[in-house]
Amino acid sequence: MNPGERKKKLGLIVNPLAGIGGRVGLKGSDGIETVKKAFAMGAEIISPQRAMETLQDIYPFKDEFDLFTYPKGMGEDEAKACGFSPIVLGEIVPDQTSAEDTKSAARKMVDLEIDLILFVGGDGTARDIYEAIGDKATVLGIPSGVKIHSSVYAVNPHRASELIKMFLKGSAPVREMEVMDIDEDLFRKGQVSARLYGYLQVPHEKGLIQSAKSASLGAGNNRTIAEAVVDGMNDDYYILGPGTTVKAIGDELKIEKTLLGVDVIYRKQLIGKDLNEQQLLGLIEGKNAKIVVTIIGGQGYIFGRGNQQISPRVIRKVGKQNLIVIATKNKLLSLKGPLLVDTGDSECDNYLSGYIRVITGYNEESVWKIEC
Amino acid sequence: MTKTNSKTTKYQYQEYADIDTGYQALRWHEPVIYELSRKGSRNEIIPNAEKEIQVKVGDITKKIPKKICRKTPAALPELSEPEVMRHYLRLSQETFGYDSGVNIGLGTCTMKYSPKLNDQLAKLPSIAYLHPLQPEETFQGLLEIMYDLRTWLCELSGMDEFSFLPRGGGHSVYTNACIMRAYHRANGNLHKNEVITCAVSHPCNAGCPSTAGFKVIELHPNKNTGDIGLDQLEAVVSDRTAGLFLTAPYDTGVFDSQLGEYAKLIHSYGGLVALDQANFNGVMTRMRAGDIGADLMHFNLHKTFSTPHGSAGPGAGAIGVKKELREYLPAPLLEFDGSQYHLNYNLPKTIGKTGVFYGVIINVLKAYAWIMSMGEQGLREASEWAVINNNYLIKKMLEVRGVDIAWPNRRKLQEARFHLQKMKEETGIGSAEVNLRIADFGIQTFFESHEPVIIPEPVTPEASEAASKEDLDRFVEAFHQISKEAYSNPEIIRTAPHHCTIHQTNLEPLLDSKRTKVTWRAYQKRGLS
Ligand SMILES: Cc1ncc(COP(=O)(O)O)c(C=O)c1O
Repeated sequence: MNPGERKKKLGLIVNPLAGIGGRVGLKGSDGIETVKKAFAMGAEIISPQRAMETLQDIYPFKDEFDLFTYPKGMGEDEAKACGFSPIVLGEIVPDQTSAEDTKSAARKMVDLEIDLILFVGGDGTARDIYEAIGDKATVLGIPSGVKIHSSVYAVNPHRASELIKMFLKGSAPVREMEVMDIDEDLFRKGQVSARLYGYLQVPHEKGLIQSAKSASLGAGNNRTIAEAVVDGMNDDYYILGPGTTVKAIGDELKIEKTLLGVDVIYRKQLIGKDLNEQQLLGLIEGKNAKIVVTIIGGQGYIFGRGNQQISPRVIRKVGKQNLIVIATKNKLLSLKGPLLVDTGDSECDNYLSGYIRVITGYNEESVWKIEC
Repeated sequence: MTKTNSKTTKYQYQEYADIDTGYQALRWHEPVIYELSRKGSRNEIIPNAEKEIQVKVGDITKKIPKKICRKTPAALPELSEPEVMRHYLRLSQETFGYDSGVNIGLGTCTMKYSPKLNDQLAKLPSIAYLHPLQPEETFQGLLEIMYDLRTWLCELSGMDEFSFLPRGGGHSVYTNACIMRAYHRANGNLHKNEVITCAVSHPCNAGCPSTAGFKVIELHPNKNTGDIGLDQLEAVVSDRTAGLFLTAPYDTGVFDSQLGEYAKLIHSYGGLVALDQANFNGVMTRMRAGDIGADLMHFNLHKTFSTPHGSAGPGAGAIGVKKELREYLPAPLLEFDGSQYHLNYNLPKTIGKTGVFYGVIINVLKAYAWIMSMGEQGLREASEWAVINNNYLIKKMLEVRGVDIAWPNRRKLQEARFHLQKMKEETGIGSAEVNLRIADFGIQTFFESHEPVIIPEPVTPEASEAASKEDLDRFVEAFHQISKEAYSNPEIIRTAPHHCTIHQTNLEPLLDSKRTKVTWRAYQKRGLS
């Protein structure tokens, strides 16, 4: 730490109930009924363990930050067990914590200008954090829940520790990552339907090393990608999917594109906002149309996660040749595998499979394989 | 005078510095030369010329045009001759290179040993005193050397004409992109504006065509074979395709098995194929770009041909083209009429001049000397040794805990892409950290990867034919020790290097051009901020 620099503040919020459903075969643990059922089936609490794995890793650096947390099982117990003397905020009723506690913890930490809020949980926890504070703070998830669709989580608790260390050193830049969740009732019946809820500010490891030999990538950003799309526009109808990458097209055209919805533009004017499948089909009936979508960070989905409005019927009507996929190179390179589609219609998924050009900057495209 | 590091403070990580690595660099704490300056210190004064000469020549300072004369004396540091000698000798002792340690880390750079004999030839006074503006009939010998080298490179590459004008590999690819553009324009094919390349080619294969105005489409290697595959190329090739730019072999040491098929496909759409053979070391005399359908290609003389890449002198690219593209080459072209060598500037379709004069002559001379001393058989053997050395290295490296290789089932030529993903996962130590530690063993830091980094935690060494078995073993041994440290006490690595001239430095400010002061004057004016 340089002289004059203030000590960093780290926050810790543990959702003590996260992940308990999974061990007993229930998918997810949202809702008091599920939690009760899980306990009845002998579920064990795993999130404290996950929190402690990270805490142990960062213990040697404890003098570089102050640790703020919530009482008892929401962080205090874990922190103390690892040798920290945390500053404990708020009050809770032990063993009866709920989403409200997570939210108020997050809000309090924003008020205290915490530099990095760590939270341990699953997609539900990420949603709670998002609802409480949006983009008002930098956060990082330590995964504990069984199902994680959100990109706001580190791969595992140890990777989280690495990121925290880099963040403390000032060498982990922050970017927007997706908060996703699926409808748990449907999921327990075997149906997957994930929604995009919003974005959180998350630090990330620079995937691209700055070695002496390799100059900076100078990769395209959302803005140059948007310019490329806009310059290529003709008189077709453009169905714009959700996400910040696509929203930048709206910014480029100076129109109010919804962040999470599917909008349609025609001749660079917005003609429909936050549309559903029927409305989309109605608008493009008998017209030439194009679809512009981006990928879900970390996962690679281009259809079937967060943009179900663009249904197999819409996709077929528009045609694969009119599909425009856009993403920054960083986003593509942080994927573990190919691009994915899961439209709920395997024929449509097959139809979409194969190589596709992804626009990654102005005059710059990258070829990726779509699999299903 | 600014205080340098105080020698009395104890090194923070002394216990790690005490670990024996078989190497300790010199550490001089040498100040910047301006800080050593003392008013009035000087060298011996050069005596005045004899009267007679003075009278004949007159005041030579008067002969210097007014507008280029400085008004105030230059702000040079004032030191005595021995002080200057000592200063620069010390700095030289703090450098690291092939002459001082194991230097097989820098894959894709071919940092192989360059015989001193070739350096000597390039340094001959008869070369140094030539002036590029002399009439061509007065340096026919040099032109003959250049013409011979041109002929040999044509032979090695299967191309019809060569130019030595580009100043490096990137410049060569840019020049080739300009030739490609000129060719399509001349044929009225203005719609051909897309260039295809791939993520395991050197990034200049994407960057240079982009600078030349093309849209660039980047393919990815198949995760099983390491090739890009005909199916992927078929999915993107079209009437808009201007050409294909690929490195061969790839940066991963994989030689794409379908290059010939790609060339046919690209040609069937009216496109051209440009191969980047900057690193030709593993395939010398064994494959010719021209034979597998390349229309343009380049060598880096400062890699394969006896000049190390980087720091040891200027670069020099040599571009080769098929005869259909000869007229687009940059001027001048070397020609021989049976008795005299000429520099031909009369090229109506040339893309123009891409650099002053005729290229980087000392590299041309070293390449000439090297090929002469090796002969065809020697080149063939050298490429064999480059590949054998690399495959020995692969075998040994894979015995190191936490080290894996990308495309394990694929044969590699002169280099390979290892990775430390498992080590990173298990210990938090990845390639960047190991790279700082390896310098403690008297081993050149290794090249990680070009961008885009598609294999995380990459390590790309290149043995070349010049490495001895002892050097290779030492490299692997160091990796074994570092791996042990990663799994037992990663702090040793995180705080490395401990045996080098300087300990860890924060490089972050260097990446910020606004904060970097590259001259003493800028530092005096604005200080370090
Ligand atoms: C395959 C390849 N092509 C091109 C280059 C660029 O060469 P240069 O550094 O001389 O511009 C390099 C070296 O860095 C390379 O490895």
